[in-house]
Amino acid sequence: MRRILAILLENEAGSLSRIVGLFSQRAFNIESLTVAPTEDASLSRITIVTKGDDKILEQIVKQVNKLIDVLKVTDLTERQHVEREILLIKVLAMNDKSRTEVMRITDIFRGAIIDIGKQVYTIQLTGDAEKINAFISTLGNETEIIESVRSGCVGIARGEKALRVK
Amino acid sequence: MTTERYSGAELVVKALSALNVKYLFGYPGGTVLDIYDALFKQQDVEHILVRHEQAATHMADGFARATGEVGVVLATSGPGATNCITGIATAYMDSIPMVVLSGQVPTGLIGDDAFQETDIVGCSRPIIKHSFNCRDIAEIPNIIAKAFYIASTGRPGPVVIELPKDLLMPGQSAEFSMTTEISIRSYNPTVKGHHRQIKKAVQAISQAQRLVIYSGGGVIIANAAELLQVLVEKLNAPITNTLMGLGGISGLHDNFIGMLGMHGSLEANKAMAHADVILALGARFDDRVTNNVKKFCPNATIVHVDIDPTSISKTINAHIPVVGLVDIVIKQLLTELEATDFSVNEKDNQDWWQQIEQWRKVKSIGYENEVKGSKIKPQRVIEAMYQATNGEAYVCSDVGQHQMFAAQYYPFAKPRQWINSGGLGTMGFGLPAAMGVKMAFPDSHVICITGDGSIQMNIQELSTCLQYNLSVVIISLNNRSLGMVRQWQDMVYGGRHSSSYMESLPDFVKLAEAYGHVGIQINSLNELDEKLTKAFAIKNKLVFVDVLVDEKEHVYPMQIRTGAIDEMWIKKGVKA
Repeated sequence: MRRILAILLENEAGSLSRIVGLFSQRAFNIESLTVAPTEDASLSRITIVTKGDDKILEQIVKQVNKLIDVLKVTDLTERQHVEREILLIKVLAMNDKSRTEVMRITDIFRGAIIDIGKQVYTIQLTGDAEKINAFISTLGNETEIIESVRSGCVGIARGEKALRVK
Repeated sequence: MTTERYSGAELVVKALSALNVKYLFGYPGGTVLDIYDALFKQQDVEHILVRHEQAATHMADGFARATGEVGVVLATSGPGATNCITGIATAYMDSIPMVVLSGQVPTGLIGDDAFQETDIVGCSRPIIKHSFNCRDIAEIPNIIAKAFYIASTGRPGPVVIELPKDLLMPGQSAEFSMTTEISIRSYNPTVKGHHRQIKKAVQAISQAQRLVIYSGGGVIIANAAELLQVLVEKLNAPITNTLMGLGGISGLHDNFIGMLGMHGSLEANKAMAHADVILALGARFDDRVTNNVKKFCPNATIVHVDIDPTSISKTINAHIPVVGLVDIVIKQLLTELEATDFSVNEKDNQDWWQQIEQWRKVKSIGYENEVKGSKIKPQRVIEAMYQATNGEAYVCSDVGQHQMFAAQYYPFAKPRQWINSGGLGTMGFGLPAAMGVKMAFPDSHVICITGDGSIQMNIQELSTCLQYNLSVVIISLNNRSLGMVRQWQDMVYGGRHSSSYMESLPDFVKLAEAYGHVGIQINSLNELDEKLTKAFAIKNKLVFVDVLVDEKEHVYPMQIRTGAIDEMWIKKGVKA
């Protein structure tokens, strides 16, 4: 089962390596990982997408919590949450027909063309993983994908629930 | 008013002194020479010079296990630091408080593949509780104080501090300022059990008909042995110890049913298998205990008390988890038992003990005596060792058959008397660990029980023993083999002894003498007791006792692989 973990930890040298190391050391799965400092510069927030049954998830959460640098861990998938990912994708747009088609698909998915070259369009799309997967596969049927990059998932709980210190 | 300023190296030593560190186990090298210079100029902290950094970590470890204090190690960057890895991993697996100070190349050279540079923080990451990179000289004392705090609280473990050389040299200086009240916002171990869980635990215990207490190293670490005895007697419950938990209850106590697990007693494993409630105290359901987890004690309600939440429901699901320090939780359990007017159900309790007595009668911890002219049985040596020391020695073990025989045949009356590498199984641990114990308790008998394989993994420390006059008694069960490997090859690999016997062993007596010690060889049963007594009577000299034992002997009982906890070979070809 797919899970999204949000982790609040000290923004210190080596903190990230402890998290990544823990996952590989204990054979936990990482589907995606994003990290950046929070509004409080002493803290970083990591979002990890992982897979596992309840027993594995319980171990992951406990093991992450056990790291001295970690302040909070939560499984966002336990309750209502919002998740987003950003995709930048460069596709071949050689002629009017393919340009029109690419623009049409981008519109439907509410993406934006953010750069153009002689023969290429670069498109930005945000959404959850499912939407991004659908966009990539639709686009791939119409034209050639030259390269793409995904930010990995970030997530936040809906409503009043928050991951913060104190 | 001017406040005195110190170099980084002086700050390191001042911090150790302020933390009451008596001994620092280490080996000098380029990046830590400033610390060695600072050590030279003071009296508070005594440096013990080992012959290999691995031994420094085991010595600090042995010292920590025997005293409960933090063991402290100093090593230089690069090979000095990497030589510590095995010792750090050993301490990590057995939850031993340790602080390792490692040199590092100057900050400006880090990452350049400089001479004797290794990323020790990276190398040690999976086997430490925490680590620190030092990048500001003024922070050195606080980092050391934090390291001690982290190493010794919660579930203890090793902490590594990396000290770049430029921070230690006289070029930079800072005032000495070290906080005494440590608070780390991201580190707050739960010490007290949740009251609802305590109530649930007591309810389960009260309703149990066949209760077993299964206690581990956590009881030793938390100094909870006395409280445990009160609990055992209050419940009149059978108690079994893990390899790490031996001494948590006296090995001579009526309620003690022996060690459990792979080479545990039949009665301990049977009691676990038939229990309806298992109270696990500071133990972690290790694979050497459970055998096949799918067949593990299917009818038992498991109450699991541990300071480390990750240990709970990791391998075996706990029905009633209690996170907390074992001594505090036992107190809470006792209070709740009082509050609920607990009394032992005599009928159930008697039936249960009668059943256990039946298993005890099998006498699973036993061996066949020597026949005339045969070699000495290794088990016999442990019994003789027990007699010769009145059961009062610190027994520090290496890893292998001798370790299991010692665990089975030397009942430990007190906690911290049995010192062994249970989790990692580090051959070479025994001698340096015994040296660390001897540093702490110079007037006690300290035994290193070892074999011809293990002893050679850190034998260079015989030289350190001479330098510091560490009169350890080394008892080597010499079977000219890697006994445990050989045993598995006999049992599982069709008797093919692939690389498990030792050709060209040294003459251990001469070797001991060459290092300036006393060497004694025992090769027949009729001289065993007399020569052992003699060995223990020699004061202020290390004695190396080389006992030639039967190389064909196997450790029994032994769990049958993939079976349930109580499926065991009692002796060759005989199942329980």
